[in-house]
Amino acid sequence: MSQTGFDRRGFLKTSGGMIFGTLAASSGALALLAPSRTWALELETMDAETGAAVLRVTRYIFPHDTLDDAVYALVVKDLDAEGAETVELLTTGVASLNEAAGGTWMDLPPEQQFELVAAMETTPFFQKIRGKSVVSLYNNELAFAHFGYPGESFSKGGYLHRGFDDLSWLPQPPESASPKAM
Amino acid sequence: MTQFSKDDDSVVVVIGSGAGGGTLANELCQKGVKVVLLEAGARQTPATFINDEWAAFVQLSWLDMRTTSGSWRVATDFPNLPAWICKTVGGSTTHWAGASLRIQEDEFKARTNYGDIEGANLLDWPIGLADLEPYYDRAEDKMGVTRTHDIPGLPGNNNFKVMYAGATKLGYKDCHTGRMAINSRPRDNRGSCLQLGFCFQGCKSGAKWSTLYTEIPAAEATGNLDLRPGSQVLRIEHGDNGKVSSVVYADADGAQHQQKAKVVCVAGNSIETPRLLLNSASSMYPDGLANSSGQVGKNYMRHMTGSVYGVFEEPVNMYRGTTMAGIISDESGNDPDRGFVGGYEMETLSLGIPFMAAFLDPGAWGREFTEAMDSYPHMAGMWLVGEDMPQESNAVTLHPSDKDAHGLPVPNVNFDDHPNDVAMREHAYTQGSAVYDAAGAKRNYLVPPYPSTHNLGTCRMSAEAKDGVCNQFGQTHDIDNLFISDGSQFTTGAAENPTLTIVTLAIRQAEYIADQMSKQAV
Repeated sequence: MSQTGFDRRGFLKTSGGMIFGTLAASSGALALLAPSRTWALELETMDAETGAAVLRVTRYIFPHDTLDDAVYALVVKDLDAEGAETVELLTTGVASLNEAAGGTWMDLPPEQQFELVAAMETTPFFQKIRGKSVVSLYNNELAFAHFGYPGESFSKGGYLHRGFDDLSWLPQPPESASPKAM
Repeated sequence: MTQFSKDDDSVVVVIGSGAGGGTLANELCQKGVKVVLLEAGARQTPATFINDEWAAFVQLSWLDMRTTSGSWRVATDFPNLPAWICKTVGGSTTHWAGASLRIQEDEFKARTNYGDIEGANLLDWPIGLADLEPYYDRAEDKMGVTRTHDIPGLPGNNNFKVMYAGATKLGYKDCHTGRMAINSRPRDNRGSCLQLGFCFQGCKSGAKWSTLYTEIPAAEATGNLDLRPGSQVLRIEHGDNGKVSSVVYADADGAQHQQKAKVVCVAGNSIETPRLLLNSASSMYPDGLANSSGQVGKNYMRHMTGSVYGVFEEPVNMYRGTTMAGIISDESGNDPDRGFVGGYEMETLSLGIPFMAAFLDPGAWGREFTEAMDSYPHMAGMWLVGEDMPQESNAVTLHPSDKDAHGLPVPNVNFDDHPNDVAMREHAYTQGSAVYDAAGAKRNYLVPPYPSTHNLGTCRMSAEAKDGVCNQFGQTHDIDNLFISDGSQFTTGAAENPTLTIVTLAIRQAEYIADQMSKQAV
């Protein structure tokens, strides 16, 4: 599970913060893959408040209601790993959200949170998170499990004997169009 | 492994090891010609290929800096990735889907048949289907193309079943699992397709033809091939007599080498090939090599493309099995009553979750996007690929200021759709959607063109030297011992996936070069 980026050794000292979560009871597939129902993400550079806010912003950009925060946290992890320049951009962006909120953006009702995020669509802050998310959010085995995409197939012999042609709700094409497997 | 001296001026230097260069090198080696094959990328094997879209993309793709301009959407969404092609031994034959279709007779005469289309720089090919038929036959045999040479078709996967059901309901007649250079039964010491679902990532079973593990080892076995991976050619040099005499390349550590040559064949795909000719400008050839026509880099074609993904009540699981698992060819003819000239093919396609996110609607966000992603297991997909119009302004040029690691100008790719391309895409989207509607789709997603996989026409062949860069054998009009050996030669794009024709032209070119060498004509 090293690629998922979860690290329960929370006692390690870093300059960044930590964000925590608990897998929802409904996230069955994830629960099978995850090492623990509780997770913690240790950040290298980003502070915990920014990390939590960026995770929430990511949820508004790519809203999958039943996709666990644990998967969104992978985006935060990858953004954090980009280093100081990115973290600065994100910290400033979250500060802008807070300013627009007239307090703490995270404390606003969801509709108002969304409106303020949407208003930032053209900013480097929004585009940085969107650009990273569209790769990171969808390129990990937790997401694959959620979306019903198994990923790697060679080690399992491909799909020749595992349902490559198991669709049965449409008529079978004739052999002239689709010969039998040899 | 065979090694030829860098001072050996009797060798043929082939630049690029993909469909064109890899095939040409083998064909020459089989005839006893000594070949130095320079490949910019590294050498992989089926064992080192990766069933992972992003990891494989990084392993195989040409990711050196390129820039884009023009009104095509790729320039906005992927400004430094105009093309999704490869930098690795085997070139883009590691990544290709395997569709192997002959260009149709009429398509070789595009200017004659389509007439004077405003804004299009149409020209008839200097050859026709009859000239290529014997070579097509050899290429199909070499590549093991299904539905040729008594090779059975591949079994259709779930994605194909949806296409077939829709196509037949709609009244299409020409729908089957295609002519594919993927083994449907063991052949040529390679096994049959395991339905892995990772054709684009390098075929780990080796069932899909690639020069990496067919042509190149066959050439090596002759003792006539000196393959040098990690060798990026920087320029081609010529002598006082105007003929090319050597190439200069950088190895993987950046050290530069000069290799002498009797003949130089350029097969770097349609962006790098013209870039190399332009970067080789000299006092004798101030506009670049073989560019007296001014057509080097011009008439860049990328095929009219687009995709339709239909969403169904029941699961499809399109990712299982052959990526390009079937074809509808009913729209591939020229029928101007549809509102455009030329035709297009409809071919199943599948992307995994990572690339679906990247390509479904680049730049999009919000609920509409995530609802599409959430329907992934219920999606069927098809790619639309048709003839696009050559335009002189669609061009590969040298960037005025941006330089690569070797200090050479990077290529810029400028592209605008021709109105004919737009009309064809609209028609193809409508028909593709109709296929899925007929099969019971709840909704369809119309997906814009991906970065170009079919890059064509930038050193086109022409009967007259003033109209193009090379003759019917790929020999440049200006320099007898300089050849174009990839899809850059295509006079027009035709509707078909180009690899089979690139291989066919390479087989024919090898015969010509060997003959010319034996007559000491080059």
